[in-house]
Amino acid sequence: MLPRRLEATRIARVKAALFIVCLMPLGLLVWRGFTGGLTANPIEFITHTTGWWALSFLMITLAVTPIRRLLEMPWLLRLRRMLGLYAFFYASLHFLMWLVVDQFFDWEAIVKDIAKRPYISVGFAAFLLLLPLAATSTNAMVRRLGATRWQLLHRLVYLTATLGVVHFWWLVKKDIREPAVFAMILIMLLGARLVTRWRKRALPLVSSAQRE
Amino acid sequence: MKIRRKSDIQSSEITPEPIFRGRRKWIAAAAAVGAASAIPIARLFDDAPAVHAAARLGPLKTSRFSTSEPRTTYEAVTMYNNFYEFGFEKDEPARNAHTLRTRPWTITIDGEVKKQRTFDIDQLLKLAPLEERVYRLRCVEAWSMVVPWIGYPLSALIKQTEPTGNAKFVQFTTLHDPQQMPGQRVPLLDWPYVEGLRLDEAMHPLTLLTLGLYGEVLPNQNGAPVRVVVPWKYGFKSPKSIVRIRLTEKQPKTTWNQTAPTEYGFYSNVNPTLDHPWSQAKERRIGEFLKRQTLMFNGYADEVGALYAGMNLKKFF
Repeated sequence: MLPRRLEATRIARVKAALFIVCLMPLGLLVWRGFTGGLTANPIEFITHTTGWWALSFLMITLAVTPIRRLLEMPWLLRLRRMLGLYAFFYASLHFLMWLVVDQFFDWEAIVKDIAKRPYISVGFAAFLLLLPLAATSTNAMVRRLGATRWQLLHRLVYLTATLGVVHFWWLVKKDIREPAVFAMILIMLLGARLVTRWRKRALPLVSSAQRE
Repeated sequence: MKIRRKSDIQSSEITPEPIFRGRRKWIAAAAAVGAASAIPIARLFDDAPAVHAAARLGPLKTSRFSTSEPRTTYEAVTMYNNFYEFGFEKDEPARNAHTLRTRPWTITIDGEVKKQRTFDIDQLLKLAPLEERVYRLRCVEAWSMVVPWIGYPLSALIKQTEPTGNAKFVQFTTLHDPQQMPGQRVPLLDWPYVEGLRLDEAMHPLTLLTLGLYGEVLPNQNGAPVRVVVPWKYGFKSPKSIVRIRLTEKQPKTTWNQTAPTEYGFYSNVNPTLDHPWSQAKERRIGEFLKRQTLMFNGYADEVGALYAGMNLKKFF
């Protein structure tokens, strides 16, 4: 591990770089917009692309904890909030594309869609569940809630990610290969947590990686 | 008879070659950098090339069935396709369909016919006068286009074979050759693709044996060299790259119906009041921003409504 003193500045640099990298999917969409590369159906393309990235960022966020344990790099945790907020950012773009651009404030159709179409109900629920997580993402909110309650609340992300994968699975017409890959990744990420829990029970001593 | 001359205006809508070549250089550079990236990332960069070099067809008759609505651009019609034989993404058929060999090509018509016949593509091109038919195309995925197809009524072909009194239905079969159609190497659908119509639907003057679009022979990704277009039904009812037409007494099996019988009915007439898992009330016309209302029978109710008089369209969806 690197000395603590150096760590803080390095982490700041890594975070700055990560911030730019996470904006790239949006940048690519904008670039495609200027070069006419958004296919013949740009609205559908943007909706699908932002949805895909929202789900991907959820998976990346969920990967932080198992990876930091595996590599014994506790500082990776410092990147998790940004990744989670990017998942919320792309999910918001995805949701707004559907609400504003696709449905164009046709409230009757919107309500009907949410109530009658399971894949939309599930996607909508996943988005709603992200809202309290994003709202309580600041340091001040963590303090206000207290670490235990905050952590309990943020376990909602497991449910959100599951609903997100189900949403993707149910909406595809036939080719479920991509949603299946997401499902496999999610199972691995949730499974890694179960393994850790089981080990913790087996060994009452808390390992150094768990101490934050 | 007025002979319609097609101007070359459509080609101006295609990205000029130097631009897309330059774009491709950029793409190559980006691809090298992002070689380790996931496929969807690569897809963000990759533009399918616009090919607009097919042989022209003519002379063409005009048709009273043509709509005067603005046509969807040639680029959109040929680069936004559902043709799973060449990939499951909309941009894949345009990139992959070059492997299809459209000559020699024959269609065999058999089953409940007095004269079983096989026609090659040159015979088909001369069997009846070619017409331009500008039709609305409504996909089950709730988008639509306006396409200037070229062909003649399918009835002209079927009449050549003298259907027997037992013939009640028509089944169409798409070419099955995984060598030419890479999508068929993936068992996502039960290949080959089959579709079907009731005989009176197949004989209806709107049902078009289609050999071209936009004044030219069909591009491979649009179902070359010969397909059927049934404009009042969802797009998947219009089979592509057909090699066999079989007349039957019993309702034939059709691919999407077999795949998901509760979602895809045998009839699959465009019907804004009947939901798929998703709503069919509206559609996005490609090139337009706001959705428009979907019309019963895709706006062809006056022509085809009588075919379904007295039928429960909720039951026979």
